Amino acid sequence: MTAPAERRIIFKHIDEEGYSNDIACYQKHGGYEVLKKSVAQKPEELRDEVKKSGIRGRGGAGFPCGLKWSFVDRKSGKPIYLVVNADESEPGTFKDRYIIHQDPHQLIEGTIISCFANDVKQAYIYIRGEFPEGARILEEAIQEARDAGFVGKNICGTDYSCDIFVHRGAGAYICGEETGLIESLEGKRANPRIKPPYFPAVLGLYQCPTIVNNVETLCHVKHILDMGADAFLKIGSPNNTGTRIFCVSGQVQKPGYYEYACGEITMGQLLNDVCGGPLPGRTFKAVIPGGSSAKILRFGEKFTIKNKDGTTKEWAVEDIPLDFDSLAAAGTMGGSGGVIVMDDSVNMVEALANINAFYAHESCGQCTPCREGSLWMKKISTRMVHGEAREEDGELIKNVADQIAGRTICAFGEACSWPTQSFVAKFGDEFKTYKDDKNSKPSDSLELV
Amino acid sequence: MIQPAKPDLVTVFIDGKEIAVPKGTNVIEAARMVGTDVPHYCYHPKLTVAGNCRMCLIELGMPMADRATREPIMDPETGKQKINWIPRPQIGCGTTVVPGMHVKTQSPMVKECREGVMEFLLINHPLDCPICDQAGECKLQEQATGYGRGYSRFIEQKNVKPKRTQLGPRVTLDDERCVLCSRCIRFCQEVAKDDVLGFVDRGSYSTLTCYPGKELTNNYSLNTVDICPVGALTSTDFRFKMRVWFLKQSNSICTESSVGANTVVWSREGVIYRITPRQNDEVNDTWMADSGRILYKEVQSGNRLKPTSDLKTSVAAAGSLLQDGAVAVVGSGRSSVEEQFLTAKLAKQLGATSYIVARHGEEDGLLISKDRNPNTRGALVTGLISDLPATELSDLSADIDAGKVTTILSVGEDLTAAGLSAEQLAKVTLVYLGSHANATSAAAKVIIPTLTVFEKSGSFINQQFRLQKFASTIPGLAGAADDRVVLDQLLADVGGASAGSDLPSVWAELSAQIPAFANTAYANIPATGLLLDSSNWSGLDFPEGESLHFKPAAAEATA
Repeated sequence: MTAPAERRIIFKHIDEEGYSNDIACYQKHGGYEVLKKSVAQKPEELRDEVKKSGIRGRGGAGFPCGLKWSFVDRKSGKPIYLVVNADESEPGTFKDRYIIHQDPHQLIEGTIISCFANDVKQAYIYIRGEFPEGARILEEAIQEARDAGFVGKNICGTDYSCDIFVHRGAGAYICGEETGLIESLEGKRANPRIKPPYFPAVLGLYQCPTIVNNVETLCHVKHILDMGADAFLKIGSPNNTGTRIFCVSGQVQKPGYYEYACGEITMGQLLNDVCGGPLPGRTFKAVIPGGSSAKILRFGEKFTIKNKDGTTKEWAVEDIPLDFDSLAAAGTMGGSGGVIVMDDSVNMVEALANINAFYAHESCGQCTPCREGSLWMKKISTRMVHGEAREEDGELIKNVADQIAGRTICAFGEACSWPTQSFVAKFGDEFKTYKDDKNSKPSDSLELV
Repeated sequence: MIQPAKPDLVTVFIDGKEIAVPKGTNVIEAARMVGTDVPHYCYHPKLTVAGNCRMCLIELGMPMADRATREPIMDPETGKQKINWIPRPQIGCGTTVVPGMHVKTQSPMVKECREGVMEFLLINHPLDCPICDQAGECKLQEQATGYGRGYSRFIEQKNVKPKRTQLGPRVTLDDERCVLCSRCIRFCQEVAKDDVLGFVDRGSYSTLTCYPGKELTNNYSLNTVDICPVGALTSTDFRFKMRVWFLKQSNSICTESSVGANTVVWSREGVIYRITPRQNDEVNDTWMADSGRILYKEVQSGNRLKPTSDLKTSVAAAGSLLQDGAVAVVGSGRSSVEEQFLTAKLAKQLGATSYIVARHGEEDGLLISKDRNPNTRGALVTGLISDLPATELSDLSADIDAGKVTTILSVGEDLTAAGLSAEQLAKVTLVYLGSHANATSAAAKVIIPTLTVFEKSGSFINQQFRLQKFASTIPGLAGAADDRVVLDQLLADVGGASAGSDLPSVWAELSAQIPAFANTAYANIPATGLLLDSSNWSGLDFPEGESLHFKPAAAEATA
């Protein structure tokens, strides 16, 4: 079975010959037409359309965007803010940066439309500190759009005014967590807030109702309102509408970004047909489907999936359709779309040591289980790869992860413990035998971040 | 649906025990009300909820109801409404009660969560209890014993952090012991309004510190030591001085100002080692000023008055001096209610005018008021004075110059500080009762050394007209006398009727003679004080401005 054709909506013009990121080029390709059309409509109509489209957030959690908007407290009398989460930090994810670098006006148009739909007068783009070029491009693009009357005062000649500020982060993964991002935007340490009571839709930025959406999600809003919710619903499968961008990295022939309708393509098709399969002489060993915090899938494992009618079917990793619900049914998640591929040259203890080092470095340190647990996991896995592995370490490190997940202020607890939990669950044998495999030849070349 | 007992109460079930608690209560407090301890570090009832230690994780459930009909779903086995338990544990501090809420604080999941958090908190902790000042009053010790596993699985290297940071002149920080609960940070932000503390670095390397160029110098800095659940913040004054389990605790009242912060004085074998605040939600919450904590040093100060002759002789000498000439009595706003009452009695017997000296200082709007006498109200209520005192005794000064006063009894007041000159003091015969030497005692003909507030018992009336009692915390200085005994003896010597100087006797008189004290006995004054009827003095223009739990009468009237 060969793979279906790519369906590029968000990435339509990415890498296109002759397409530049200035406003003239964007308008030549139909840019800002949807905005013009939208500001003539009623905001609640736009919100209804987005809700009807079923679009789910592309940042990682996959929360329905329309539902998120419906939680916004519109009666508080306080201003409503919209924040674009461009803190693309999940290892293995590199979709937002291409939108920002090559098609920034798409994001700006989607943002302003979303602002109009939610009566927002001020939007912020929170961009990670490691994207200085992206921030510069966005600043220029916003100025172009402002000059052209698409951002700022009296947008498209209407009474509606809304400005966008770009705010650069200082380089912390946790700023991608929406309440951490809000704290950082307020000029504080990005410690995520406790929920309840600090749900952004009610008590967000400056204690005002706030919407935080991912870059890709907001771009989708533009296309939903362009084609209409009914047309959008036809892309992908029910509850998994629209297209997804997969950022494939690791040991495949053709890593890169690919946009497909949700669930239209399976993991096997993506890796073997689209990405050209494993490197010569190698076989696939494992794949992380949604950014490094998603639970790993081991090639060769089988998943028994319940159908709606009560019957069951069996999936291999290659059979899993790439959409939110199917990946969840396989015990992992679609996450941010960062597909990380590992072949049989990879030792799983060493791969986990790398991931653990990342999460220990990025824990904000606010709440106990994540703060202490993430570093402990790193210390254990680092010790293992530096020649002092013990047979019981796999069990111990998994138990540490179990003590973190579900007990923290924000989802970082899960993000840092799911890799360990799934690596040990699926490759426990490697953790047990690592002592004998590697103690005789400690890997001195392994550099951990 | 469970009907609340009263409209402002919410009925909840803690481990199956039903209790009605006030609206807005969190689960930790609700559990406390049924006698169940939910362990915690970061939560403090007087600070905002941070929810970061995760020690107070509990299981939460709500009664199940049919989504469409709202009809309760019953459990056929028990006949009760089914409970929908949330699979994830929730924090007790950040969870406010709602009607019908069910809480499990002892379930296997809760136990496992607590074991996990305890283990995490201890892996990078230095475990240096044998040399740590917090030992004996350390939440880590207590909760590790109560809720920990009892053994460690950690074989890695512990993190290394700064060990002896001077955060300010009075507070020392050991970062390795810190559990990053942020209580001290929140205290500085929310109560002291001096936002100087914060965390730097990330993850497990997070470190408490002052902002660059700042110091923890505010006058409430030692409260951070009190609320630090572990040995991270220690008092520079107290550290390494004494094991806390050797110390005796006595309830006292801070004499720094008319706020009357409730305190605990910690002593051993007649020596005081520290003073800490005692919770009184109507007066000082759980706080007190740093400046009040060092007042115990006066007990052993070098200028303590020591007896030169035996007490009987000096009291008799004083008595005979007071019977000659025209006498004025300078009482004190720092004396207890009982002493002021006896002073007033003595003055009346002598036909003398009585004064007290006002002492004013800068107020901080929190726990230090403008009136630096702890008991100005006591002098009014006992009739020692009938109007607000002045800082200078100008009437007395004029009387001395006019020869109308030839003998002065001063109860602990330095008259030179109240505007009298050395020449004026030389003109009169001085009798001085007091604990410390000053210019007045130097000029006195008879000196009777008395006790400090820490060595005697009594009561004060604070700015709210709250009668608060304090207990003797250490034995008095050998040869020094209790003011009450001396004043009562003087009264007898000058021909007055003594009714006894012990507290029950004085209070029998007080309750009989003073309407505000009707039916009050010393033993019955609650630990948190007794609010008196202050209407007799509502016309007076007291100097105090607004502070933590006090609004001046004028401000209250306009409000």
